[in-house]
Amino acid sequence: MAKKILEVHGLTTKYITRQREDVYSVDHVSLDIEEGKSLGIAGESGCGKSTLALSLMGYYFPPLHYTSGEIIVDGRNISDLDPDTVRKTILGSEIAYIPQAAMNAMNPTRKVGRFIEDVMRAHEIQMSKKEIRSMAEERFALLGLPVEALDKYSVELSGGMRQRVVIAISTILNPKVLIADEPSSALDVTSQKMVIKMMKDMMAKGLVKSMIFITHELPLLYNVTDDIMVMYAGQIVERGSASQMVFDPIHPYSRGLMRSILVPEEGTRDVKLTAIPGTPPNLKHPPAGCRFADRCRYAVPACKIDAQALRDIGEGRTYRCRFSEEQLREVYKNED
Amino acid sequence: MKIDENTAVAQPQDTRESVTFGGDRNKDFSQEPLCLSGRGVTRVFHTGKTTTVAVDHVDFDFHKGELISIVGESGSGKTTLSKMLLGLLEPSEGEIFFKGEPRDISTSAKKKEYWRGIQAIFQDPFSSYNVFHKIDSVLLDCINMSGGRNLSKDQKTAMMTEACSFVNLKFAELTNKYPFELSGGQMQRLMIARIFLLKPEILLADEPTSMIDACSRATILDMLLNLRNETDMTIIFITHDIGLAYYISDSVYIMEHGKFVESGKADQVILYPQAAYTKRLISDVPKIHEPWDLSTV
Repeated sequence: MAKKILEVHGLTTKYITRQREDVYSVDHVSLDIEEGKSLGIAGESGCGKSTLALSLMGYYFPPLHYTSGEIIVDGRNISDLDPDTVRKTILGSEIAYIPQAAMNAMNPTRKVGRFIEDVMRAHEIQMSKKEIRSMAEERFALLGLPVEALDKYSVELSGGMRQRVVIAISTILNPKVLIADEPSSALDVTSQKMVIKMMKDMMAKGLVKSMIFITHELPLLYNVTDDIMVMYAGQIVERGSASQMVFDPIHPYSRGLMRSILVPEEGTRDVKLTAIPGTPPNLKHPPAGCRFADRCRYAVPACKIDAQALRDIGEGRTYRCRFSEEQLREVYKNED
Repeated sequence: MKIDENTAVAQPQDTRESVTFGGDRNKDFSQEPLCLSGRGVTRVFHTGKTTTVAVDHVDFDFHKGELISIVGESGSGKTTLSKMLLGLLEPSEGEIFFKGEPRDISTSAKKKEYWRGIQAIFQDPFSSYNVFHKIDSVLLDCINMSGGRNLSKDQKTAMMTEACSFVNLKFAELTNKYPFELSGGQMQRLMIARIFLLKPEILLADEPTSMIDACSRATILDMLLNLRNETDMTIIFITHDIGLAYYISDSVYIMEHGKFVESGKADQVILYPQAAYTKRLISDVPKIHEPWDLSTV
């Protein structure tokens, strides 16, 4: 079995609102990623995808607070480190995080090359300016980025190029885990493809050892990641390989998501598109039973009473529902 | 956790959750009367010494009851074209015809008259409402505008309730609420309820689903299709999402640098693209049945 790069056990984090209310946006999430693998996280807006990404860094700032659980990166537990140590020794070097609007994060008054010097200084790496420069040039060339970009201001670069430059800068220290939160959703399809190609190249060349990719665009996840995990209301509801999840989802929520996929391919015009009625529950007062029960077409009264644990059905597949795989497949079959 | 073998899975009762494309997929709209058409429509912007041709001599024919998608990447001129269609911008050159007649929106009275025939839904539901107006007054305005000013209060309430139930909202729960108290999907549905009351001949939807997630997207699409099937409205759908355009439209126009590079029936354009740009656009979209070729960038 391949080495596990990231292991998360029962991670729970919460937001504390101004009214002193607790909102558990990540609720007992456990996951693991093997070396060289990528994991996609899917779900509706507000289901906790981005909060999970923030929580995985082990660096918490208000209103987000750590509650319980363990994050183990390459055998080292980072959940009990103090914020300063996390900043210096984890962020950038062990875990790199690319937030949603990363391309707008660059200071417009500085040239791209200066950001790389900043990264080195923040991590107290002793290298001369010349050494940093040659390293940066080498890395840009390796990733197929123009070396001239190092001498440009961020505003001189196009959106897609800016995004690729940000990704290259944030992975310059060869982090073990790369967390990308919607890295391509603000770009048009061609720039998106270039960003994805670069990220896949980085994995193939071993610059990053594993990747977590967050997006609500399912066709993109299917093409980028090995595994897909679906989140709902702060919990994992299903995990499996990308093709299992897209073509054979078990959980009613995953099935709803997968049936909302629209791609320009023959035959897609004739499929029934499914909408899931209602909205996710308010996490200030999460429902006692299954969190999806209120919106589930197949729910029975008991669903609203007892909470369900994740059920492991082998081959890396887990799902959270009171019904067996066979029972669910049976109803799905009658429906199609 | 034990599996509950004794309880049977509840059989779903179908409540408008599954969307099917209503109407005839292969209907030939060229026999229908023309609703909106344009010849040589052009718009040029001058900023300082630079001149930008945002829309460059485009021709189009939109028929009654047709669902048309205009697809293009950012900067292709989609929004400028939609503003011209709505009469918010005048074309620099060329002419737009409304129901076969040259469109005349030279005075504000004529503009108002034109807007009785064409309405729009925009991308950002959060900025589409006046924040000081409650939801009932938003809907009441629509009834007054469409000639229902003299109806009794009960009749107006009945109309508003009907419009809300058309988009799966409960009118009784919305009265006395402000639009910002709703979620993005709900606001966009309320927008469709407005259109349902106004019953314009043409609806222009400018990326109405790009700010809401995939599951609510299906609901919005379903409602737009129902609206089209019930009222025979012409819907012009502006989007950058080619998969979405393929799913809902009868005809597709592909726009690049202000020009239509390809147009025709959805099946024809998407499955058998001719223009190099269309081919590239389709190959760049990730798919689930065909491999996504990353080597071509």
